Amino acid sequence: MNYIPNILFAIALIVGIGYFAKNVKKLIRNIKLGHDVDVSDNTSQRWKNMAMIALGQSKMVKRPIAGFLHIIVYVGFIIINIEVLEIIIDGLAGTHRIFSGIGPLYGVLIGAFEVLALLVFVSVIIFWLRRNAIKIKRFWSKEMTAWPKNDANYILYIEMALMLLFLVMNATDLKFQAMNNGNVISQFIAPLFSGLSEGTIHIIERSAWWMHILGILGFLNYLYFSKHLHILLAFPNTYYGKVKPKGELDNLASVTAEVKLMMDPNVDPFAAQPESTEAPAKFGASDVQDLNWVQLLNAYTCTECGRCTSECPANQTGKKLSPRKIMMDTRDRLEEVGKNIDANGGTFKEDGKQLLDDYITREELWACTTCNACTEACPVSIDPLSIIMDMRRYLVMEQSAAPMELNNMMTNVENNGAPWPYNQMDRLNWKNE
Amino acid sequence: MSNTLKVPTMAEYMAEGKQPEVLFWVGCMGSFDDRAKKVTKAFVRLLNRANVDFAVLGTEESCTGDPAKRAGNEFLFQMQAVTNIEVLNAYEIKKIVTACPHCFNTIKNEYPGLGGNYQVMHHTQFLKSLLDEGRLTIEGGQFKGKRITFHDPCYLGRANNVYEAPRDLIRKLDAELVEMKSCKSRGLCCGAGGAQMFKEAEPGNKEVNVARTEQAVDVKPEIIAAGCPFCNTMMTDGVKAKDKESEIAVMDIAELIANAQDL
Repeated sequence: MNYIPNILFAIALIVGIGYFAKNVKKLIRNIKLGHDVDVSDNTSQRWKNMAMIALGQSKMVKRPIAGFLHIIVYVGFIIINIEVLEIIIDGLAGTHRIFSGIGPLYGVLIGAFEVLALLVFVSVIIFWLRRNAIKIKRFWSKEMTAWPKNDANYILYIEMALMLLFLVMNATDLKFQAMNNGNVISQFIAPLFSGLSEGTIHIIERSAWWMHILGILGFLNYLYFSKHLHILLAFPNTYYGKVKPKGELDNLASVTAEVKLMMDPNVDPFAAQPESTEAPAKFGASDVQDLNWVQLLNAYTCTECGRCTSECPANQTGKKLSPRKIMMDTRDRLEEVGKNIDANGGTFKEDGKQLLDDYITREELWACTTCNACTEACPVSIDPLSIIMDMRRYLVMEQSAAPMELNNMMTNVENNGAPWPYNQMDRLNWKNE
Repeated sequence: MSNTLKVPTMAEYMAEGKQPEVLFWVGCMGSFDDRAKKVTKAFVRLLNRANVDFAVLGTEESCTGDPAKRAGNEFLFQMQAVTNIEVLNAYEIKKIVTACPHCFNTIKNEYPGLGGNYQVMHHTQFLKSLLDEGRLTIEGGQFKGKRITFHDPCYLGRANNVYEAPRDLIRKLDAELVEMKSCKSRGLCCGAGGAQMFKEAEPGNKEVNVARTEQAVDVKPEIIAAGCPFCNTMMTDGVKAKDKESEIAVMDIAELIANAQDL
């Protein structure tokens, strides 16, 4: 017997899964560069969010056309992956269609896979047309050039190829076609090969089979380098997403401690400061390490669909701010920090760069109206607003770098309890006017 | 009419050893802005009409800290919050109503973590409860059949999921409620939130309030109903920018109801 294909298959499987696992470890390491944040609350609501938003695609269908096509591709990919199990067993054991022994049900399964494969193929073509021929605006913004633009199209090409290979593999499988059970789509492709010799058809079948499984392993490893990680991270991301009202911003605990001290009449203002061993906390965020790990998970989850940006009032009126770019910048900087750590034996070496200014400009940050249109629009519970707010906090509390008019407003609030220079003692004058 | 307004303060209630049913948190806009003061008074007239036992903090009220927090100044926000909470807790306040969604959001969501726990209602929710309880009745009156569109304030709608109370009130006026292209959870911001009210916008090709007003103009309303003093200002400016002042009025829901009552 010839075991070479089995051995080659096992090697491909080990290398493919091994390299992916290595990158997943790196991904987790990078996400953990963020601050810790308590996500132990509201467990049942969190599970519900994951079930509804990620599994149930409830936010995707808010835009019906894209939502419907996305559900086809999503369901198709999950279900067709059952077939991958058979391929892996066949590949390792040297069997051929090992599940075909289960009888008529096999035909039902493969038939369903074939229909889905065709639907996925058509949907992906429509996706490609929307992006490249109809040129839907949100796919052609400033941040969607070069790699992000190519990445999106590569994903579509890979998906088309995988679906096509699956159908060709079935169409050229003479035994499977002879069974005439489950070849609902491939029977119409089979005649294309009818003029060829049996040997040639067999070679095409084997080639399609190998390219299909190697393509899947390759695609798996492509994820880490692509925006496509959302197919995995959408699940944890919707679980860890915000469960508080959208309008609620967190109260910085480090500030609360100081404010309480200031307000406490029993504190001795002349007392010696206790020796602190820790560096004082930095207020707000100027780089990715200042964000929390959920915000970093958000950045890896973003698939750059641009629904946030298309709903953003600042972006709609021509301002530079794009919530999608906030997420893309955060991820790019995080990747850069991760590579820096890899290159320097596990510790970050100062590189003179940061998220603020080198990636996200102040002009973008100050254009936000905090209206939550972006967080409402995101189909996977990403929160760009929290990153904008943390960076504003850094600008104001660490750098005193608010726009002048905002400084005036804040001085007024501080001095007379209103954003304008009115006397607090005049607050009830309206009653008699 | 203003001389008939009854606006007791918490200090007066305290002196009499009484506790009001609800505290009316007026807010900075409602206290100082000429346009918003009219809304404040319209709401007070409705409270007086319904015989609601309410009080205001008056000169003891101070900015909630919302614009400071959203500008990034967490210190100033928490100083304001802690000071206000001390006053509110000293008066043992349980229930607060406000006509400003920014105050509403801040007191409702961000004060509890700093020791301020109150039942907080937006004035549209409060007015709706007065109607439901039969303490206030409204007739359509002058607004019967008028085309009214409601502009969702971000801090009432998306921020806190209150979409129906203001709409229910408009329907009670027998008015024709028309929805803009972007409404409810997809409502477009007026451009004032996040402390934008206090600064010039970043360079762009349009002002946000003009973009929103264009959406409103598209549905040809006679009235744009607002539920937020900041939105009210932004939409009024937008209507002016579109030269529609003679056709479209911007009014707060409280004003609509008070006017329908001829108050």
